[in-house]
Amino acid sequence: MIDEARLEYEKVSVSYNGRPALQEVTFQVPHGAQVAVVGANGSGKSTLFKALVGLLPLRSGRILIHGQPLGSHHDCVAYVPQREDVEWRFPVTVEDVVMMGRFRRLGWLKRPAKQDRAAVARSLEQMGIASLAKRSIGDLSSGQQQRAFLARALAQEPHILLMDEPFTGIDIATQEATLELLAQLKTQQVTIMISTHDLSLAAQHFDLVLLLHRRVVAFGAPTEVLTAQALSEAFGGQVLVLENGAVVVDECCNFPEEV
Amino acid sequence: MLQWLTEPISYAFMQRSLLASLMVGVLCAVIGCYVVLRGMAFMGDALAHAILPGVAIAYLLHGNLLLGGLIAAVIVALGIGFFSRQGELKEDTAIGILFAAALALGVALISTIRTYATDLTHILFGNILGVSPGDLWLTVGLGGVVLATILLLYKEFLVISFDPVLAATLRLPAERLRNLLLVMLAVTVVVSLKTVGVGLVTAMLVTPGAAAYLLTRRLPAMMVVAAVIGAFSGIAGMYLSFYANIASGAAIVLTASGIFLLVFFLAPQRGILWQYLRRN
Repeated sequence: MIDEARLEYEKVSVSYNGRPALQEVTFQVPHGAQVAVVGANGSGKSTLFKALVGLLPLRSGRILIHGQPLGSHHDCVAYVPQREDVEWRFPVTVEDVVMMGRFRRLGWLKRPAKQDRAAVARSLEQMGIASLAKRSIGDLSSGQQQRAFLARALAQEPHILLMDEPFTGIDIATQEATLELLAQLKTQQVTIMISTHDLSLAAQHFDLVLLLHRRVVAFGAPTEVLTAQALSEAFGGQVLVLENGAVVVDECCNFPEEV
Repeated sequence: MLQWLTEPISYAFMQRSLLASLMVGVLCAVIGCYVVLRGMAFMGDALAHAILPGVAIAYLLHGNLLLGGLIAAVIVALGIGFFSRQGELKEDTAIGILFAAALALGVALISTIRTYATDLTHILFGNILGVSPGDLWLTVGLGGVVLATILLLYKEFLVISFDPVLAATLRLPAERLRNLLLVMLAVTVVVSLKTVGVGLVTAMLVTPGAAAYLLTRRLPAMMVVAAVIGAFSGIAGMYLSFYANIASGAAIVLTASGIFLLVFFLAPQRGILWQYLRRN
């Protein structure tokens, strides 16, 4: 029996600054699956997420969550943004940031209640940063900041969790904490999509891999997707296929990704 | 000393002026926290100058100056939102265009009036001694509405300012909230017209907030500290104006600037002196 799809992209096209960033992207993520989205810089990984959370409008196609169009579910998607998207000098504490995850649940004009504070404390505890609760978000290390944003996503109690490059530029401890969290969320049937440059990490820790190059190059189990042919198609000249079958992807030059 | 403090209060016009500058000091400082954090200082300045044609038209029609200014400011605030919404123009470009155009229109209209120089000076630098009871009520009423809105929509304004991506995820109407903030900024600028004038209102929006930013770690505390600095500047500036016989708007702004300088050098943790001592 095939699991009920929690998340469906149907022929989704998105433009950014007048140029096509995604073209006719179609795939389905089943209930509670964990998907690694990989592709070259500018292949539309972030765009894929931003379309889902409503930051970028769809030019055509549609995205369904639980079989319903975007906007019907207010609080079931959590998003851990790339570091560059956050104003770190803002006067908020770690606790304040995590509490923001509760705001949709609270609704307009309401103040946080006891159960919201309890959820925040739980999330901080779970990410191992309870002792940092009263610190300014800007004073933390980048790994600690990422844990704060993961805690916020947890406090949101989402059905779908999106993480944009959570493994880029962080320490080993935070990478381990992030992977532990993924394993734990799996038991809670939370659907997860992360974008990453790390192909071996994608192959080892994820049920499904989505290889993106403005359109879907391949989608499925890691062994089916990460083939020499598919990688050449997605990464072009950056791929070297060795005689023994090994594939090397060169991503030396970290161009800023276009959304 | 006591007499020194009470003497100005014995005049009815000074009572009104003190209350008006107190309200303006608090109001500008609180909304100014968002101006500082969202980098909207240029926008505040633009709105201040953009109310000139509205004030001029009201003056020519013998209408209420504040009402004229309010209408002009709201039109310009929404106009800036409209021109920069599609991302065709950067926001500061849109602001630059509308700001200069409105200012030019205002000066053109005012230059048709015979007592041009005095009237323009009052609008640019405030004429707090001319605060009528009606002006005071309007200031307190509109200021109260803006402060209440900031309090009630605290969560929402916090999210759209700190993390626009989260705002989108939560499906907050970010565009409408941003426009609301602009309209409230416009109201604040107009309310400050009599007290500090359009030329100096930016200072009251930015200076207390910037000083409070250096002293605090959380937004609610920042707003409270900014409000205290704004209120003190308003009152102290009025006394300075009364005894030293200088223009009230300038006195208020100079007081706030003095406080900022003190904080900038002496603030714990982030002040220049503190950082110097820690390094040695």
